[in-house]
Amino acid sequence: MDEKRTFLGVDVVKPRVGFFELSSCEGCQLQLLNNEATLLDFLSMVEVVNFREGMTEKSDAYDIAFVEGSITRKDEEERLLAIRRNATLVVALGSCACFGGVNQLKNRFNDLEWVKKEVYGDHPIDTQETKPLSAIIDVDLEIYGCPIKKEEVETIVTNLILGKAINHPKYPICMECKARENICLFDLGEPCLGPVTRAGCDAWCPSNRLGCWGCRGPAPAANMAQFLEICKAKDIPMERIMDRLECFGGFQQSVEQLRTKEGSKP
Amino acid sequence: MKKLTCNVDIKHLTRVEGHGNIKITIQDGKVAEARWEVVETPRFFEAMLVGKHYENAPYICGRICGICSIGHTLASIRTVENCFGMEPSTQTAKLRLLLKHMETLQSHILHVYFLAAPDFLGVGSVLPLTQSHPDVVQRALRLKLLANDICDEVGGRRLHPTRTVVGGFTMLPDKYRMQQFKSRLKTCLPDLTDSAELFKSFAFPDFTRETEFVSLKGVNDYPFIGGDLISTDGVNKKEHEYRTMSNEYMDEYSTSKLSKLSRQSLAVGALARFNNNHVHLEKMAKDVATMLGLTPVNHNPFMNNVAQLVECVHVVLDAIRLIDEILSTEYQAERQPVTPRAGVGVGAVEVPRGILYHCLEFDGDGRIIKGDCVIPTSQNHANIFHDIEELAVFCVEHGKTDRETELLAEMLVRAYDPCISCSVH
Repeated sequence: MDEKRTFLGVDVVKPRVGFFELSSCEGCQLQLLNNEATLLDFLSMVEVVNFREGMTEKSDAYDIAFVEGSITRKDEEERLLAIRRNATLVVALGSCACFGGVNQLKNRFNDLEWVKKEVYGDHPIDTQETKPLSAIIDVDLEIYGCPIKKEEVETIVTNLILGKAINHPKYPICMECKARENICLFDLGEPCLGPVTRAGCDAWCPSNRLGCWGCRGPAPAANMAQFLEICKAKDIPMERIMDRLECFGGFQQSVEQLRTKEGSKP
Repeated sequence: MKKLTCNVDIKHLTRVEGHGNIKITIQDGKVAEARWEVVETPRFFEAMLVGKHYENAPYICGRICGICSIGHTLASIRTVENCFGMEPSTQTAKLRLLLKHMETLQSHILHVYFLAAPDFLGVGSVLPLTQSHPDVVQRALRLKLLANDICDEVGGRRLHPTRTVVGGFTMLPDKYRMQQFKSRLKTCLPDLTDSAELFKSFAFPDFTRETEFVSLKGVNDYPFIGGDLISTDGVNKKEHEYRTMSNEYMDEYSTSKLSKLSRQSLAVGALARFNNNHVHLEKMAKDVATMLGLTPVNHNPFMNNVAQLVECVHVVLDAIRLIDEILSTEYQAERQPVTPRAGVGVGAVEVPRGILYHCLEFDGDGRIIKGDCVIPTSQNHANIFHDIEELAVFCVEHGKTDRETELLAEMLVRAYDPCISCSVH
């Protein structure tokens, strides 16, 4: 496993990588262990030097830091800044790191005191508004999804190591869904953000007949106005669309615009 | 004997899910301080749910945890269905149980092989084992892959499932592939026997502290989804009375809530289920327990690792039975219609780390007014706390060194397979 590798005659270096988590379910790190068939191959491409969930040994000498989760407390900001100082490349892993993820659903009340009281009563507890990594540090690369798709991560990491360009699709999930010849969920009366969400997951949820909830954020080529027209034509209640748009934080801009337009409360 | 002085200060314990600290200070042979601290950031899931329509509940609640997302999703679905007065079809109930079993298998295998076993084999992680014990690692990966493949087929995805919805499933598994899974399940039984042999070579610390074990109560089978609640101290409650079973409270060392019942702490998880329901285990699972010296009621927290392996055997055998039954009947409708109504629903599900309760209150349109989730690891925290205190005394009595005390304390917490971010949620 430790022999020198080459690709097209060029030496391939084995980067030292660390995995870190802030406020999250740690599911994205688990996804890395969840591709059992290729796990050992994947691990042979890198040298894992810091992975608290999986190993006791720790080192701060890493080239690439994969950071899962969002920021919800001051000490997390400090940990993230330290990771940024240590790493050459910081990768935001999953929706929580990229957009705040489900954790940002608490922001919609604009009332942290109420949020704290609802869960902890009068017991003192420390929290702040949920933020993505990019609110605190420069992020070099974002890997989207809740959860991340292991195959996509493997491709991205392989490309990183080989020095190849990494391009996220600009088109929406609808393209992938059509290519898989799925029944359109709108035809089954189900809301689906497939027409506006960034592709790359190979229409994971719609292929299992669950409408897309937009965990990968907006596709650069998305046509939001036309999407809302479709929803209207298909009689999908606005509430169900908003539930999906606001779930992971990627569509924050659209949500704010729609709230202003509808004059609706969160 | 020389008076023992020892200082253990572990910040962010490794090889567990989430963030917790262990502090043990022993001065001149006396335990000055022994503590388990939970420092995880809260995410406020109960608040997030307020105002949301019922269909959001399983989707959002599943994201409380990356390891037991299937268990959270199923608990949330049961909560909604109980509130709306819905009874899942036999087909739905079987598929949900099969999915639950495969989550139990993948989670237990991940824990016993990747998180716990390195301690018993004297290494810091599973990585060196890929060189020194390649057969052991391959076996663990094979078992985990099988469990996850079945989760993909039944639940749509191994993590944060897609097909599981209120009323049933969005899609049903392919019967041809189910047939193949049945064969793979049968051929994995020798892997479980080999796992038992490996466990036999492990030296489990001889440490006990009597406690109260809480779980679902089995009637005709080893229970996983819904039913009455029971404790080894003789408490019996109905599912909707979960609050009198979990009695949550807060303390300064933990961002997670804690639980107690008849004593200062209680324990949930594989060992609790085994202690309460061992009579309902499959024979082969009982045999593995006997072979590894696990007999009810066992009060050694380290034996939770063994109880997990025993459960792996049980769920594989039960999964084979379930697939047989699913294959021998024509598929019915995958999903039943949902009619919301106002009220309160409670769902209790045995997830890998112990009994999980979800409770949701709805208005007449099916919107959530209030939510409550009581997590297995939060119920275990007080027990871990008191175990650590007792373990410190144990280490003094046995003249353990700093490093030995530290390792035993780490192994003790790991034995619970804590899911700390889940416990704080």
